[in-house]
This record gives sequence, structure tokens and C-alpha cells, in this order.
Amino acid sequence: MGRAKADGPLKLAVPRGALLSETLDVLDAAGIDTSEVRGESRSLIFPGQSISLVTMRPSDVPTYVEAGAADVGITGKDVLLEQADRVVYELLDLGFGRCRMVLAGRKGDKRLGESERRLGMMRIATKYPRIAERYFEGTGRQVEVIEVKGSVELAPLIGLADGIVDLVATGRTLEENDLEVREEILGCTARFVANRVAHKLRAREVDGLAAKLREGLAR
Amino acid sequence: MIHPIPPGTRDVLPDEMRELRRLHLALIEVFEDRGYGEVATPAIEYDEVLARGDGRTADTAYRFFDGSGDLLALRSDMTLPIARLIATRYAKAEMPLRLCYLANAYRAVRPQRGQMREFAQAGVELIGAAAPEGTVEVIEVLEAALDAAGLERAVIGLGDADLYRQLLAEFGVEDEARDSILGRLAAHDLVGLETELSELQGVSDDQVATCVALSQLRGGKEVLEEARALGGAAVERATARLGETLEALEARGVAQRVQIDLGLLRDLGYYSGAILEVYDPALGHVLGGGGRYDGLLKRFGVDQPAAGFALYMERVHVAQMEEETPGGERP
Repeated sequence: MGRAKADGPLKLAVPRGALLSETLDVLDAAGIDTSEVRGESRSLIFPGQSISLVTMRPSDVPTYVEAGAADVGITGKDVLLEQADRVVYELLDLGFGRCRMVLAGRKGDKRLGESERRLGMMRIATKYPRIAERYFEGTGRQVEVIEVKGSVELAPLIGLADGIVDLVATGRTLEENDLEVREEILGCTARFVANRVAHKLRAREVDGLAAKLREGLAR
Repeated sequence: MIHPIPPGTRDVLPDEMRELRRLHLALIEVFEDRGYGEVATPAIEYDEVLARGDGRTADTAYRFFDGSGDLLALRSDMTLPIARLIATRYAKAEMPLRLCYLANAYRAVRPQRGQMREFAQAGVELIGAAAPEGTVEVIEVLEAALDAAGLERAVIGLGDADLYRQLLAEFGVEDEARDSILGRLAAHDLVGLETELSELQGVSDDQVATCVALSQLRGGKEVLEEARALGGAAVERATARLGETLEALEARGVAQRVQIDLGLLRDLGYYSGAILEVYDPALGHVLGGGGRYDGLLKRFGVDQPAAGFALYMERVHVAQMEEETPGGERP
């Protein structure tokens, strides 16, 4: 049954950037050869026998996986939440890349509270407009969400916004910019995701990889 | 001069239209050959009539007032208009009734990535034929339609819409908590499913594990056995229904494309019993779906079992082209 034949090796979307090194460690533990990716090569695609690795920005992983251009992928929960309308199956919490989505303001500064009280609305700069909107909506507060692409810490320092919603790993960047955490929004870790059709038609390979990743994590 | 059209809609030019028309004719021929007569219904209906079938579709319906102040809606699929048509025009007809259609439907989605506001569907509705025979006939027609479209590698996922509703009732999970869990299952968010179920009072770790494991069972006949091993009355009933359908399919020699999928959960509210989804390895999106909706016609005043499916024409066309250049990676 299931007449479909899989087309070549399973394509796994690997996030470049902060999640890369731990992703490769987890893949190594799962018995997947990552030496090529670790090398000096500037290639984006690393073909393998049963699994090909495709490297990309973490925020592109849901795009490729949803379309089926990559069968499975690894990316942060923050990315999945920000792109919640993308249909990908979230199969496994990989546990690494742990960080927190927080609301932060300038140290000792009362602007967040004052704006809310006197103007009825806070101005929040963020790279995660949808997470921020959902959070403030869910806590019954009105905000003007200002989307920025670069260093979001800048926004409250020169008066673009009263505060920021951003991802924090160690908190050092906040510290260096004289900002402090005011509210914890949620915790994020790396997740293993699959394309909906690949999950059905390449069930054995997808389940096998998930099992190997789980074993690798337990070790 | 460039005159825009709304996002999520598109023009079709002759080269594409020629191919689409060929596909349309092939599918309608398959349906007509099997006794399914083609019908057309208006694209606009009274909102209260469509909402009678499924209040949830209202989320994505285009609605507007006409000159006399009546609230109208653009149909978001063909199943509801046909349920309305049967109640109105065929209430006393001899059953079973076989109807097919090729029609545009409309959803107020954020148009992007293959999600269109206007899209064409081809499908059938079989009214008055209960499970498993009715389900088997519909799957047989679907197989023939996929063959006619040249999608030899396409696979039909077969699941059970009642499984998780009943399983969660067995666990004592009800109302809002149940709907939230069903949402996680439909989205296949296993991490969220596990976390949320574990946080519910009265749900044991074993029950959490059962639910997660069930949603991952897909494949051949053997998964029915694996499911039964997980236990419970709801699982027993669902696997019995699926087993019965599968046996009937095998008896008619049309089970080759069918993959049992206990994780299948379509988000349309009116499904009951068997549910279907269609995939092709050349395409990352679902080509279509369907299943049984035995309770739907009753809401329109005709108590008859029913089943059907719809294929998204544009996606079937994409899959046809992708299958001509297999491998996925272009040079």
C-alpha cells in the first residue's frame, strides 16, 4: 500500500546562525554526517545518502518546509510562532537554543507605564510583530506595534518606542544597552518540523529521523 | 495601462486554459460514467442557509448585504450548497443520489502561497449511501479521477473524524479544553499537544502517550493493529470502522492508493466517520479531501447519510506539471 515512491534523499532544512552549531551537534548524535557543513564550503546544499542538508536562515525554514521544498527542518519556536499561519507539523521539542521572548524597557524608566496610563497605548518596537500583538491582546492592553528589522534595542533609546519585545538568550545585549526585562512572554527552544505531505508519504523516514533525534537528545 | 485585480484571484490565459479544460473534461467524464450528474448552483447564497450547515465556515466567508438588506455569502465550498439543493429539490427523491460539480468557491484568506481567494473545485457528493459501501464508492470514484488526471503516484489518506472526539470524551476532556486539543491535533502540533494534555487534570501520562502515539500512526493495514494495542473503546470503534472500509476497498480491488492515517483530522466542522485527504509526492500541498458527513443533511431537514470529495483544480494541475519533471530539484 502507499504506492508513492520517495524522490531521493530526505531534505532537511538546517538553520544557519545562532542555532547552527547545536543543530549540527544534535544531528551528529543522531548519526547524520555534518562534516561537510562544518567545513569551509560556501555551498547551501549538502547532499547525502539518505538525508540531504539544506542550510538557510531560520526564518526561512517554515517557508521551505510548508511548500515541501524541504521535507523536514529545524528552527526556533519563536520563528514558528511569528509565522503561525504557515502549515508545518511540529513533531519534536529539541530542547536546545533556549531563550525567552520578553518585554523590555529602559532601566528605571517609567515610560511604558506612563504611556499606557496617560495615552492609553504603549509603543512597542519589535522584530516579532505578531507575537507582540497576540501577547498584548491576550493581556488586554492596547499597543502600537512598530516593526523594525535591525537592532531593536535602539528604538527605546532614541524615542521610537516606549519598550521592545525581543528574544533574549543571556540578557547581555539588554544590559549593554541599559535595558531591563519587564515581563516574560514565553520560552523558546528549537523544534523539529515536517511538511504535511512528506509526513504522510515519507512516514517511515520522517519517523525514523524523529526517533534518532530523540535518542540523540537523550544521550 | 495596468489595471489590478484583487490579490488571491487570477486571470487564465489560453495555454493554461487549454490544459485546465482538458483536465476538467477528463474528470467530469469519470464522474458522469459512474452515474454522477453534474449540477451548478449560484456562487452567492443567503448567509443563514450556508451557516445552517456549518457556522465555522463563516470565519472565512465573504459576506455582504444586497439592495434589500439581506445578508448574502459567497460559497466557500460546494458541499453546503449541494446539501441545500438536495433538501430543496430532491427531498422526496429516491436514494442514493449521485451528483458532481466543477465550480469556483471563495474564501477570505490572506492570499499567499497557493492560498487563493477564488479557486476551482471538482468533486462528487453521494447522498443516501451509508458506510462502508458509500465511503468505498466515493474512494473508488476518487481513484478513477486521480488516474484520469494522470497522477499515478497520488495517495489517499483515510482517517476517522470521530476518533479524537470520542477518545477525549473517554479521557473526560470536554468543551473548550477539548476544542483546543482538537485544534492541536488538526495542526499536528505534537509538542503543544503533549504539553497541553499533560496540564489537564485527570488525564494520565499513559493517556497523553496514547493520544500522541495514535496521531502518529499512518501506513498500511498494520497500523490498525498497532492502534488497537493502544486500547480504549474509542480506538476500538474507529479501527473497526476503518478496518471495515479497508476490507470493502480490498474486495473491490481499489485499496492500492489508500493509506490509513489515524492522525488525520480535517478542520471542517461537519465531518463524521471516514475522512479523506489526497497527496501527490510531487507537491507539498494537499490536493483535495473529503469524507462522510452523515449529520449534515439533517441540519437542512433531510436525514440521509452522505459522503463526497473535492479536488483543488489548480493544485492538481501543478501536480500534473511537476510529475512531468520528477525529482523536485530543477537544474
